[in-house]
Amino acid sequence: MRFVILQFPGSNCDQDCVHVLGNVLGQDADYLWHKQESIGDADAVVVPGGFSYGDYLRTGSIAQFSPVMKAVKAFANSGGLVIGICNGFQILCECGLLPGALVRNRSLQFRCEHVFLKVPTADSPFTREVPEGKVLRVPIAHGEGCYFADEETLAKLQANERILFQYTTEAGELTDGANPNGSLLNIAGICNEGRNICGMMPHPERASEDILGEDDGRLVFEGMLRHLEAGAGLGQAAVTEA
Amino acid sequence: MKAKIVITPKKAVLDPQGKTVQTALEHMGYEGVKAVHVGKYLEIELEGDAESWRPKIDEACHKLLSNPVIEDYHFTIE
Repeated sequence: MRFVILQFPGSNCDQDCVHVLGNVLGQDADYLWHKQESIGDADAVVVPGGFSYGDYLRTGSIAQFSPVMKAVKAFANSGGLVIGICNGFQILCECGLLPGALVRNRSLQFRCEHVFLKVPTADSPFTREVPEGKVLRVPIAHGEGCYFADEETLAKLQANERILFQYTTEAGELTDGANPNGSLLNIAGICNEGRNICGMMPHPERASEDILGEDDGRLVFEGMLRHLEAGAGLGQAAVTEA
Repeated sequence: MKAKIVITPKKAVLDPQGKTVQTALEHMGYEGVKAVHVGKYLEIELEGDAESWRPKIDEACHKLLSNPVIEDYHFTIE
């Protein structure tokens, strides 16, 4: 399968994603500069972490108007698989592909540490490979990761099981102490209604190999891969149009 | 001519910066500080007619300069 990893000025987790998808999972994985107006024949798009445009104005706010994002929106809206990690999650929220917003951590601190994540549903390409009840251990590194949405949006996310990752204790308990940034409902990651677009603050690409001490993050990418191999959720129509 | 835009966090959104500044003001001895909200101020230098700029600045505020999910804005053009 072919993955493209977007590069904005200030992206800095793009290489990790290319490495995991290319070298660890053995897929075609290429960078795509933000000025490109097409995503070509990609099967999936990764919007990586970093500090696109220096986080000027608001995190992710400028990147949403990069030329490539128009193609990504068309791809995503026609069912194409898109994952936004950290700054990528912020960008997907800013451009309206995902609801809500990421604001300054409640502690005002930049948090760089490992967290535990509960996966409430396996019903998405991003969580389907996570064994039931498994608590993931994945790192975070962000200053603006506090998920906010109005009550109506939160209710919809809950009702449709669109909360994919929540900060928990090692035992999988939702507590305030396990929440590193003040996110409402301990939300670490969500998906859209069509379940083909995911945004998450933790970095699965930094926890995808045994040699790094943990590989729970690989389950996220393997899920996307298995989903694509099953032939579901292709956005090729949009690609040709774009 | 300038558009002067003030962007503030919505009431429902946590504003830890505002809270921290409030605490600092209280530590300095200022009494009666009810709340502090930290936002942004932008000035955009413009040429042309103020009235025709008004809807465009409003659109720019909505689409880029603020995020309606978490922020409110108001502006003047003078």
